[in-house]
Amino acid sequence: MPKLGNPPPSREITTESLYLRRREFLRDSLLFTATAAGVGSGLLWLMGGGRASQRQGTSSPTSAVAGAPSIPLNVTKHEDYGLDEAWTSEASVTSYNNFYEFGTDKSDPAAYAETLRPRPWTITIDGEVAKPAVIDIDQLIQRFPLEERVYRMRCVEAWSMVIPWVGFSLGELLKQVEPTSLARYVSFTTLLDPQQMPQEKANLLDWPYVEGLRIDEAMHPLTILAVGLYGKVLPNQNGAPLRLVVPWKYGFKGIKSIVKITLTGSEPRSTWNLAAPNEYGFYANVNPAVDHPRWSQATERRIGELRRRPTLPFNGYAEQVADLYKGMDLMRYF
Amino acid sequence: MPRTTPYRWLKPAVFVGALAPITAIGFAAWRDQLGANPISQAMNQLGLVTLIFLVAALACTPLKIFAGWTWPIRLRRMLGLWAFFYAALHVTTYTVLDQSLEWRAIYVDIIKRKFIFVGFAAFVTLIPLAITSTNGAVKRLGFARWKQLHRLAYLAPALGVIHFVWRVKKDVTEPVAYGVILALFLGARIVGQLKTSAQTAR
Repeated sequence: MPKLGNPPPSREITTESLYLRRREFLRDSLLFTATAAGVGSGLLWLMGGGRASQRQGTSSPTSAVAGAPSIPLNVTKHEDYGLDEAWTSEASVTSYNNFYEFGTDKSDPAAYAETLRPRPWTITIDGEVAKPAVIDIDQLIQRFPLEERVYRMRCVEAWSMVIPWVGFSLGELLKQVEPTSLARYVSFTTLLDPQQMPQEKANLLDWPYVEGLRIDEAMHPLTILAVGLYGKVLPNQNGAPLRLVVPWKYGFKGIKSIVKITLTGSEPRSTWNLAAPNEYGFYANVNPAVDHPRWSQATERRIGELRRRPTLPFNGYAEQVADLYKGMDLMRYF
Repeated sequence: MPRTTPYRWLKPAVFVGALAPITAIGFAAWRDQLGANPISQAMNQLGLVTLIFLVAALACTPLKIFAGWTWPIRLRRMLGLWAFFYAALHVTTYTVLDQSLEWRAIYVDIIKRKFIFVGFAAFVTLIPLAITSTNGAVKRLGFARWKQLHRLAYLAPALGVIHFVWRVKKDVTEPVAYGVILALFLGARIVGQLKTSAQTAR
């Protein structure tokens, strides 16, 4: 028979009150942990805007959109359009986007734009043109030699990037459809399809997104329609399959996922101008002298850099484009 | 044996929970997970956490009035001090990291941009509250004067909400949500006061 050990001496027996306090201690520890965890996770949830936080403002290079392969494009380099400034990382370019059709947070487009189907895709060109056209995106791309254009991109929110776009001259396309003598402006329209662009169900902006240029701005050799960046097909969050790039204007002029281009006789509507006319003008030329009513435009933060840098008139393209605005009061036509 | 104070775990637990935002932001910064514009991201999050604590501090009295709970009151000072802590980090991020201590640019920002002015005013409001948050300060000032001064605790989050509304480009859902909660808490106090005065009148 196994021998029981000696019983512990009575002085080592836990007193009843202490024994009860042990329970209290356990209970309090539990409550402590639960409360701390509850408060902590509640705060983190609120910091994420009250949404499930399956995503961070990610810097991961899973950029080219979930599902869509990074398709390389056949690019003709144009040395005149190189830029002697460091390129913003591809991860940043494809993860920090304003594309409200997928949400207002800058990480929303990269997280949610997979619902956009950039193929098949047609672009309608109409209005004051002799040869209106409905063109398939892949045919459109084959019509023009694709060029790499490294441009500064200055957002109206005072941050900027340097992006190697791939695209073709908008002017060349417009020449093909032969604008009539009445054509003075070009209007652009984004896809309207809440199935593909879920936030178009929200009453945030007047959907679809529209933008416009004066025809001389549209014909300017710097103005391109981009179909790619970093040598690859444009990721959804950057405005696949076709977007406007006008490097001397604030980024919101660069309308994304274009389905329609219309030449018009009168100044077309533009979404942000309609939403807040005192804050966003039709021209929206980058101008450090004209502040946004709520923040300064004098300086900008280049993404990836710590210190702000001064913003340049016309985003550094004054030499090429300032002539377009000769005699215009740029404080008034901001 | 004397019974230990009830809820003695409460304050330390909330204290530890309140460390979560700074831990998360610090960790994300270290892992380079704050996105392409980390300064702006950290600044926005610190500002938001400040507002959360300011609003949370004002939840204590309504909870007492309507739920009869007195324990939240014991957290109020700590919540206010956490708000001040996060506000100070928010302001430091703005002045040091965002503006690189360019005092002229900061000065111009404050006087020219109403959203920055209002945010700055909210922060200034919090300073005397933090300084006079000790028991000693209540004694030195006298409770009546101390209480009067600490009415600024209503002003600060209201300014914070305005700062937030004016800051966003278009989608005001989130700042307005905080504004509504704040208004409810303030309204609850007024209702509570009316109730008390009605009772005393009777």
